Amino acid sequence: MIELKREELLISQLADLLVNDKHIAVGAASPIPGAAALLAKEEAKLQNNRIRVTILHSNKYNNFTDGARELFDCAAQGRIDTFFLGGVQIDGEANINLVGTGSYKKIQKRFPGSFGSALMYFVVPQIILFREEHSPRTLVDKVDFISAPGFSDENIHRPGGPKFLLTNRALFKFNKQKKRFCLFKIHNNESLENIIKLTGFKFDVDDKITNMSVPDQTRIDILRNKISYMVSEFYPEFADRIWGV
Amino acid sequence: MKQFDELSLLEIVNEVKDGDLIGIPADYSGVPMMFTKELIKKGVKDLKLYCLPLTTIQGDMLIGSGCVSEIEAAAVTLGEFGLAPRFSEAVETGHILIKDSTCPALHAQLQATEKSVPFMPLRGVIGSDIQKYRKDWQVIENPMKCSGKKNEPILLLPAVLLDVLIFHAPCVDKNGNIQIGRRRELATLTHASKKVFVTTEQILDIDFFDNELSAATCLPALYVDGISVVENGAWPCALPGVYGQDNDEIKKYSIAAKTQKGFEEYMKNYLSN
Repeated sequence: MIELKREELLISQLADLLVNDKHIAVGAASPIPGAAALLAKEEAKLQNNRIRVTILHSNKYNNFTDGARELFDCAAQGRIDTFFLGGVQIDGEANINLVGTGSYKKIQKRFPGSFGSALMYFVVPQIILFREEHSPRTLVDKVDFISAPGFSDENIHRPGGPKFLLTNRALFKFNKQKKRFCLFKIHNNESLENIIKLTGFKFDVDDKITNMSVPDQTRIDILRNKISYMVSEFYPEFADRIWGV
Repeated sequence: MKQFDELSLLEIVNEVKDGDLIGIPADYSGVPMMFTKELIKKGVKDLKLYCLPLTTIQGDMLIGSGCVSEIEAAAVTLGEFGLAPRFSEAVETGHILIKDSTCPALHAQLQATEKSVPFMPLRGVIGSDIQKYRKDWQVIENPMKCSGKKNEPILLLPAVLLDVLIFHAPCVDKNGNIQIGRRRELATLTHASKKVFVTTEQILDIDFFDNELSAATCLPALYVDGISVVENGAWPCALPGVYGQDNDEIKKYSIAAKTQKGFEEYMKNYLSN
């Protein structure tokens, strides 16, 4: 048997969070979320359930015909259940920064920019934050720039927001009332002590903390035999690197 | 009489003036790279790029070549090939002004112009640093008492009218109607631009309006000021439905452009071919 790759384990963690969705959308630079969404869709089919998936950078796995604004209109209408966001920095109150480090006026290291995060974070009910690198420079106490805030005042229209944060080492839930992350799954090779050391913000730890669940053979087979080829349509480099397809 | 103006690529390039606010299509909408190459050769200055909503190699090349003073965008990136190096360095050193935005705001500002209304409201964004640094944006209380929450603050974005827009399309019919497929954001850009020029792979001897399918996916010639046939005009970017992105070339660029010197060497070769 081919050893399970770290990327496959992460795809599997994300797929577990998508089982109740009707429509999942996936934005820029997101091969792992894209694979997870397509995996959730294939598994739902086997259960006679329907999940729709919109991969923005795909021509084939894409439900939109009304131009690039349709994603935002669709999300604002409440027709997207889950979306994924990343960040150069993510802080303990789930603020995300996609712009750069240092003060904005004298930026040290400039990154691409905020994309659609400043609307999507407000209107999509389940936002899953996904950042592979788990280190004190990515998970910080306070972000240098807020591309989109983790929470808003009561009078602001905000049906959506952060629900989970997945890194290559850990899975956190976000507690909206406490404005604080709670660690509930860690990678098999990780210790709680190490996660605390590598996380730049304070967080709670769930009483029932477990290891990340390893996908069963059926899931691995679907991923390798079917999803891999689908992913190669829109992330060829990634599909080649992980599965050689 | 011919129903549209067929121009040379240089005639289109000459329509772009120093200081223009120019519409920049995203990497999935038909990037006019051959045009961009000629624009750089001409040595245009002080362009203000309005990206809908992002740019990749086109914006990075224009910035690295010193053609840009200002850029409004939700992202500048080389996608799978990493950061846009000339953009990042120009912002870090303060050589260009970046008006950081978010995708739906860039759409909404043009949609206001499409409707010829002075502004467009948008939800979200409030409480972000994007909003904090955008002095041209305003927050008001929702004046419509029948909808939304009580005392709901809402963001207003100004209508933006572009000076000029150039994009690349798969084909044009004999009357100058442009096939844009599902890339409807090209229609939004077009409706919000004073002048619009299109480079295209080919002009077909048919009428898109003879068929419901092709009529629904075309941009009518009435919005377009000139068309030029430029084969392979989006390379190394993709042209949706026609050819994919040249990954090897983008990768080559991403490595070369890490330094200004490497970029200049790459461009010397690129501009002479």
